[in-house]
Amino acid sequence: MAAEAQNALTDYKVVDDAIPAPLTDRKGDPEAGRAIVANRQVGLCLLCHTGPFPEERFQGDLAPDLRGAGGRWNEGQLRLRIVDSSRIVKDTIMPSFYRIDGFHRVAPAFRGKPILSAQQIEDVVAFLQTLKDQP
Amino acid sequence: MTRSIARGLCAAAAVALILSCPIRSGDAGNIPLDQRRSSYELMSPPTRAMQDDDTANPGTLWVLDGEALWQRESGAAGQACAGCHGDAAQSMKGVAARYPAFDASSGRPIDLEQRIVDCRVERQRAPAPARESKELLALTAFVARQSRGMAIEDVAGKDERLRPFLESGRAAFEQRQGQLNLSCANCHDDNWGRSLAGNAVPQGHPTGYPIYRLEWQGMGSLQRRLRNCMIGMRAETYAYGSPEYVDLQLYLAWRARGMPVEAPGVRP
Repeated sequence: MAAEAQNALTDYKVVDDAIPAPLTDRKGDPEAGRAIVANRQVGLCLLCHTGPFPEERFQGDLAPDLRGAGGRWNEGQLRLRIVDSSRIVKDTIMPSFYRIDGFHRVAPAFRGKPILSAQQIEDVVAFLQTLKDQP
Repeated sequence: MTRSIARGLCAAAAVALILSCPIRSGDAGNIPLDQRRSSYELMSPPTRAMQDDDTANPGTLWVLDGEALWQRESGAAGQACAGCHGDAAQSMKGVAARYPAFDASSGRPIDLEQRIVDCRVERQRAPAPARESKELLALTAFVARQSRGMAIEDVAGKDERLRPFLESGRAAFEQRQGQLNLSCANCHDDNWGRSLAGNAVPQGHPTGYPIYRLEWQGMGSLQRRLRNCMIGMRAETYAYGSPEYVDLQLYLAWRARGMPVEAPGVRP
């Protein structure tokens, strides 16, 4: 039971297409967020997305360019899009980064865990807000 | 705008891709038969050349080992494969192009590897070679090599007994799984040709197996490759030889029906 409690996710409230309130008390750190986005084992973002990462040679194009994301969406909209994009586009291929239920055959090492922690989500949101320039 | 970039990318891609840009997902459905491509076509010219030239194709080493094993008496029965099957160039021609096939004794489809294992155990009374062992990969590569250039047969379409297993394989292909919640179809039906972290997403046709994969620096079966994808999706893998894999292999073979066998393939 204790282990389950540790895995429980922070509650959040969806308002329209956004989660207006941060998931944590600590303000997101855009630099930490950038590192998460660029890391293909942590954020996984660049597998599908391209972004302003001149040092990263291999980026994906299955999904929109991240540049300009901070102009297209406000903080709360970005948060929901990372937490659970499927609440906006039901059959999106974008993973739900802060969800642990409704999945099929999750590998034991990842079972009951979200892809990113609440604090990591806040960091990524803070970073994406800085991406105002369009591609 | 992102949308215009996405459109630009799409314009450079095949017509089929344009239809559902910028983001496709879920249920775009199967690839039209005339738009299917082996992932060979996505490879760089040097990697293609490596596959094309038997003296440069590392898979040839396994084929040659398999040929030696084919001739060697083995097991308590003291029988060689050649003792019953003779010249593989004749007897094994086309065999790999019709696997997985229905196996009467187990009442379900088995893949080529399992057929070889069964033959070794039941006919030769030899120990069962382990999945992904050098022995089994070598024999499979040697047998598969005899079908190079031949069209993958529509076994599941012709054999009524395979239908439920085909449907199970199709369902597995379309089932989202793992922490990343992706299905095979999400990438290999709906996003082939796009760049996944710099690698072109293939359509996922099993034309070259067993393959020499540069990333592995070794030979591996289709089941090994399927496990790689499942691990990438952070999904729980099945044990080697599991019926779930064979059903999926059956669906992949049906999906690739008519495409030529390339074994032993080379892949990045």
